[in-house]
Amino acid sequence: MQQDLQQVKKIIIRNKLWQAIFAVVGLLSVLVGIITLITLVLDLFIDGLPRLSWQFLTSFPSRKPEEAGILAAWVGTVLVMIVTAIAAIPVGIASGIYLEEYAGKNWLTGLIEINVTNLAGVPSIIYGLLALGLFVYQLNLGESVLTAGLTLALLVLPIVIVTTREALRAVPNSIREAAYAMGASKWQAIWDHVLPYSIGSILTGVIIGLSRAVGETAPLITIGALTFIAFLPDPPIKAEFPYISFSWLQAPFTVMPIQMFNWVSRPEPDFQFNAAAAGVVLICMTLGMNALAIYLRYRIRKQIKW
Amino acid sequence: MVERQIQLTTKPLSPKLRKVREKAIEILLFLAACSSVATTIAIIGILVYESITFFREVSLVNFLTDTQWSPLFDDAHYGILPLLSGTLVTTAVALSVAVPLGTIAAIYLSEFAPFRLREFIKPCLELLAGIPTVVYGYFALLFVTPLLQTFLWDLPGFNMLSAGIVMGVMIIPYVSSVSEDAMRSVPLHLREGSYAMGATRLQTALKVIFPSAISGITAAYILGISRAVGETMIVAIAAGLQPTLTWNPMNEAATITAYIVSVSLGDLPHGSLEYQTIFAAGLTLVLMTLVFNIFGYFLSRRYREKY
Repeated sequence: MQQDLQQVKKIIIRNKLWQAIFAVVGLLSVLVGIITLITLVLDLFIDGLPRLSWQFLTSFPSRKPEEAGILAAWVGTVLVMIVTAIAAIPVGIASGIYLEEYAGKNWLTGLIEINVTNLAGVPSIIYGLLALGLFVYQLNLGESVLTAGLTLALLVLPIVIVTTREALRAVPNSIREAAYAMGASKWQAIWDHVLPYSIGSILTGVIIGLSRAVGETAPLITIGALTFIAFLPDPPIKAEFPYISFSWLQAPFTVMPIQMFNWVSRPEPDFQFNAAAAGVVLICMTLGMNALAIYLRYRIRKQIKW
Repeated sequence: MVERQIQLTTKPLSPKLRKVREKAIEILLFLAACSSVATTIAIIGILVYESITFFREVSLVNFLTDTQWSPLFDDAHYGILPLLSGTLVTTAVALSVAVPLGTIAAIYLSEFAPFRLREFIKPCLELLAGIPTVVYGYFALLFVTPLLQTFLWDLPGFNMLSAGIVMGVMIIPYVSSVSEDAMRSVPLHLREGSYAMGATRLQTALKVIFPSAISGITAAYILGISRAVGETMIVAIAAGLQPTLTWNPMNEAATITAYIVSVSLGDLPHGSLEYQTIFAAGLTLVLMTLVFNIFGYFLSRRYREKY
């Protein structure tokens, strides 16, 4: 009897020991990711910060590393993102609304749903091949800002659709029923009541999608983005009539990640410092957007209690 | 008694017009939803269309068995095997990092971590997924490779090992967050039943929660594999652009994706055979991810637990 008790105690001690060991191992493996993140950011900042200056932000690329800058790259990124946002946000939110509020349970809905899930898993470079074949050569849009923006729009579409659906699903049915009871039509209920409640969460998804697009390199290389551009596209606002110009849509372009890739793949170490500096700017953009999204989600979760 | 009148800001639509408007909106929304189907059709259409012209010139047998890939040389060879080996080796290295670390992290976050720690760590891991891949490539080439070279003397500057390791760290969040969701959705009474039998947290996690959540965890692994197979910039920067048939991760080798990048960087005439090679490579890539996904779908169906 005594011996049995001893045995049981031994087993308990051993089990607890294993559990403690696992807790440490678990914490460590979580930390691997976080430590890598910190190392990466620190490494980039140490290499890149000395190179970062006003001159770097306002110069075109150059053969001399100390004169080169990222003006064309960040202007390109901003312009491409504008096209992406204009194309992806309405279509993405509309698809999300259809799938969540309108779609009946039939094979067509199932097909669309499977499609959205699958598209989210398609490698990004495949979107580049699609754009190369379809936009550049079939539709003759050329290797332009418009092509790049549309390509990235296709890429972020699944993200926007999925978050829109989640946001709409979180709005309780009582809101819809109250609107119907007041005589609202289906669309009025959605537009006046459901959407305003969910717009914050949708915005989070849009920001995350766009931050993914900002860092995306491969599909834009595939459609033939240039790496050496020493001029800016036409400004969208002009002094003379009709004041707005869309010729920037047809301009050739480069973007931040492509500029960085170009510098990384050069053998001279000075260019690699430039790459690090471009990386610092890029990472500030994407991490800033991600942090904003995480903060928004946190605030929404705290504010809204159904 | 004062007559109260409701002030209408806009004139209400007639019931008929209202119905028409509702229907029009629904059709518009439906068309938007169809855009995703159109995208899929367009992807498959373009890839197959361009590949067909490619496979008219190069036989499928040749494509699958030739051990050299050198479409840009005078002595052109079109064997996908070197690119396939590069893709598989980098993926294997990445998974051997991401699967154990991601799974342990998920078990820890779901069953062990205190609430506050989890609330802090999850967003941090999400940030990891928000870093552009080109930055990871820079990190792999200029930080991880020199670091590995301090104890692996003969490691070349471009190698699949460092690219794979960095890629593995990149996909940890994908693996861990999806598996954590799967484990947290295991009903509480299973945990309580296990505790009531005297099991520790660890025993419960490994012998009750993990098996119950295995279908969701499989889905997480498949997601990780798809990411790794399709990852482009890290391998293009850190593993080199030279197609080599090798299974040794210490070597330099191009993946399918890296090949597409290296061709796109040059200026290939539209419609040439070299131009079509990237579509054939892309089709191979899509088929690979498709096979993994179907495999994962059946695997997770096979092991799905019903509560």
